[in-house]
Amino acid sequence: MKQFQYVRPATLKAALDVIGKPGVKVIAGGTNLIDLMKRGVTAPDKLVDINHLGLVDHQSLKDITETKTGLYLGSLALNSVVSENNMVAKRHPLLAMALKAGASPQLRNMATVGGNMMQRTRCGYFYDTTMPCNKRVPGTGCGAMEGINRMHAIFGASQQCIAVHPSDMCVALAALDATVHIAGKKGERKLPFTQFHRLPGEHPDLDNNLAKDELIVGIEIPDNNFAQNSYYLKIRDRQSYAFALVSVAAALEIENGIIKNARLAMGGVAHKPWRLFDAEKALTGKQPTEENFAQAATLAMQGAIGHGGNSFKLKLAPATITEALKHAAGLV
Amino acid sequence: MKTAINKTMPSSAEGMSRVDGRLKVTGAAKYSAEYTPKGLTYGVLAGSTITKGNIIAIDTKAAERAPGVLAVITHLNAPKVPGDQPEKGKAADAKGALKVFYDDKIYYNGQPVAIVVADTFERALFAASLVKAQYKTEKHITSLPDNRDKGFPPRGEGTYKRGTEDAWKLAPFKVEQEYIVPTVTHNPMELHAIIANWDTDNKLTVWDKTQGVKDTQGDLAHLFKLPKENVQVHSQFVGGAFGSALRTWPHEVAAILAAKVVKRPVKVVLSRADMFTSVGYRPFTWQKIGIGATADGKLTGITHEAAGQTSSYENFTEGPTGVSQSLYACPNVNTKYHLVALDIATPTWMRGPGEATGAFALESALDELSYQLKLDPVELRLRNYAQTDPGSGKPFSSKFLNEAYQLGSDHIGWKDRKQEPGTVKQNGWYVGYGMGGGMFGAYRAGATIRAKFNADGTLLLQSAVSDIGPGTGTAMVLIAAEQLGIPAEKIRFELGDSSLPNAPTQGGSATTASVGSAVYKACADLKEKFQKLAGNGATNNPDYTKILKDSGLPSLEVVSETDGGNGMQKYAMNSWSVHFVKVLVNAATGVVKIDKVACVSDCGKVISPKTARSQVIGGAIGGLGMALMEESIIDHRYGRYINNNFADYHVPVNADIPQIDALFVNKPDPIINPMGAKGMAEIALIGMAAAVANAVYNASGKRVRDLPITPDKVMA
Repeated sequence: MKQFQYVRPATLKAALDVIGKPGVKVIAGGTNLIDLMKRGVTAPDKLVDINHLGLVDHQSLKDITETKTGLYLGSLALNSVVSENNMVAKRHPLLAMALKAGASPQLRNMATVGGNMMQRTRCGYFYDTTMPCNKRVPGTGCGAMEGINRMHAIFGASQQCIAVHPSDMCVALAALDATVHIAGKKGERKLPFTQFHRLPGEHPDLDNNLAKDELIVGIEIPDNNFAQNSYYLKIRDRQSYAFALVSVAAALEIENGIIKNARLAMGGVAHKPWRLFDAEKALTGKQPTEENFAQAATLAMQGAIGHGGNSFKLKLAPATITEALKHAAGLV
Repeated sequence: MKTAINKTMPSSAEGMSRVDGRLKVTGAAKYSAEYTPKGLTYGVLAGSTITKGNIIAIDTKAAERAPGVLAVITHLNAPKVPGDQPEKGKAADAKGALKVFYDDKIYYNGQPVAIVVADTFERALFAASLVKAQYKTEKHITSLPDNRDKGFPPRGEGTYKRGTEDAWKLAPFKVEQEYIVPTVTHNPMELHAIIANWDTDNKLTVWDKTQGVKDTQGDLAHLFKLPKENVQVHSQFVGGAFGSALRTWPHEVAAILAAKVVKRPVKVVLSRADMFTSVGYRPFTWQKIGIGATADGKLTGITHEAAGQTSSYENFTEGPTGVSQSLYACPNVNTKYHLVALDIATPTWMRGPGEATGAFALESALDELSYQLKLDPVELRLRNYAQTDPGSGKPFSSKFLNEAYQLGSDHIGWKDRKQEPGTVKQNGWYVGYGMGGGMFGAYRAGATIRAKFNADGTLLLQSAVSDIGPGTGTAMVLIAAEQLGIPAEKIRFELGDSSLPNAPTQGGSATTASVGSAVYKACADLKEKFQKLAGNGATNNPDYTKILKDSGLPSLEVVSETDGGNGMQKYAMNSWSVHFVKVLVNAATGVVKIDKVACVSDCGKVISPKTARSQVIGGAIGGLGMALMEESIIDHRYGRYINNNFADYHVPVNADIPQIDALFVNKPDPIINPMGAKGMAEIALIGMAAAVANAVYNASGKRVRDLPITPDKVMA
């Protein structure tokens, strides 16, 4: 690991003053960044530790608070804390389930909400600095495209990159219509969660739409009526501490036996949490039956492309959508 | 083990707890990487980034200039290893391992091309990243399936025949299928590590992760042309090895060479990624089995072919087809075993070497046959039960496998199994049962014990054996306690030091049988000496401390040696096991959950019930990993492992593991040694993968013949 400077600003303003310059990286929990540094994937000159920022708008970035229209998670709230929070458990059990499906207890005790969003792909070619990878070194090619791509994307990939975003938490937040609060030197801006991460396109080196001189300060989840009927189903090679082959966040609002509202997002299939808008629409107004779920799942798969090693996901993904919806609807 | 053991071993119905348990769970146990000799320096290896070819230039200037760096050693400046074979161009050293820093040739991706030594680990690691080699690459091959046509028989082995060749083809009921066991990496929790120090120009001390301090001493003495007594090997604790520390590897020689150059102790700890290329693995093996039976389930023939991978510079052989020769009474058996030399590092023995691979194929094929015959798989095995060794005709020293079948069936609830697959469903999950058996040769080697009984009533036992985790010290203490009739708390067993009396390497499930026999004899010799000392006062229950006191002696010592046992050649000697598994399968998503496991071992008398149980559970979990998730994946375009870390190489975690019940027939073997104890480490794993695959089929109707059984292979 290359030697680096370490600074620990005490205020958000001080942090914003130092980030954004070349060679500077922000560290929160560090559960991913330290790995990347050890492997030589990234070699920052300076680490800016944001764990000790003071109050921002009278509250800590670690707080979980109620707002007029929803629930607000500070960007430094730990994954373990969010997953055990009573308000989260009551209002958004889907998020708690997704968080608990991610990583391991030890990692969740270190990982933050913002850091979880900022984690890089786990593609083996990205991690091995001797291999080609357009995400790590633009222009070197995609090792996974013709290589070992069992874990890789079936939606939204480009010729440049077929990596997936590894988060579980983000899949739930995408489904729950969350909003990202971002601080920059010019003030705060908001971005719908589904627009935070990006598809690889011609710039796979960019994972998301956060500018280098900005920081995530929080996530707002609007109130909804999904708590009764939601489920996070993660299919993986072992029962804990494994990234998703496919995961599905399913949320239904069921009234008088009819689906009034549906939210669906998938993980492990794209460069970003993959929201299934068409399937949601198709479910709205329908009865929560296995047949309707299977139809929605088929619809959700339009445009999916397999690359050999991951082609099984073309079958696994709709099966997982159907299973997740069955669980959400209480059919299992 | 230097700490007193009293008060650390709560006894229970399960038996005595391990003598080193407290040291291990409190972190007080010192592993090889944890020693800090004065002037310690740190070595980090830089590995080749190509798979085959030559180094044409290696730039070490930046590394040499980096802060704290003491030396950068490559093939251009490395000291010679005096015991290396002199022939130019020969890749393997006198012990068969790759010669490190020997010349410019690259035989596998990740092969060490340099070692950087610095005053801290971090500085060495950074400097190692600055070593830049240029290569001339040659076309490489790393895939066994793509190169099976290049197979060759290992020297002196490979084929076996009794009766008629391919007799299975004429049977009314038959199965012919291919099975794949992928490369599986040992991945013990403790990384391989060595600290090497030259005490003088011809005296070497190493703290080294090894399964055999005496073997390591012999290897290093040979390689560096030193008298054995000038090589001191310490290996007090080993954090799991599973076979990976059975031999001397290039990183060990590299550390010793580096210590020679910097004239200070050098520590080398492999990275997790290094573990995939530096210390062996279970070789990728293709197998084909043809098996036939009469309508009443009598086997008529087995044909078992296997092709396993090895490196280009060394032939590694194991015995995957052995189980087909010996597990069942079958008149006609022919087997063929080939090696395929690939541009990869040499494989090595891994828990149940050969048998674990072979048993997956044989026990899967037998299961497939049972469905054709519409016969219960246990009953099929009982109808072909071998009462004598089918190959040699010799009697078994002991075999109670039929009792093991019964114990396991009862325990798992085998009567609830339905012969028709995919017919039992609970809460949306298909339920299935499977079983698979295993066998492994029961071995015993010579060993020596020094036993010293002190006036304070304590007994010290010493032997140069290693304890890689099974609880060797515990078992030896229990043998001595029983033989001398003294409390276990009074006994201490010292091991892991090459200056102690001779003992075999810990491998092949032979330690208790071998070293235990020596402990048994040492106790008998001590007793005899005490009785002589007591003279006319001798009784059957002598008071040893009183005899010492009466004789005015501070202690009494014996050095007792045992051989590998007599008269054994008249017998076929094996340990036997059978695993029963209940699984739940989600047919839509392909997820397999292990619901219940019962492992039954017929390993003679159980010496230490609690550690034996732990060892079976550990082996069973290793078997579940092999069955469901373990696979070291190479991108054959580059010849590099793509999942060489613990996030991507999956071993079972707690959430994957249900209750595992370890059951023992617990009947002494009358031949192998006076205790009647046979080995049990290997059989705890052998047969498990097939048991899982068979259960998955019984649950879902999906037969998976290429391990691991991941969701994509099971889903509808």
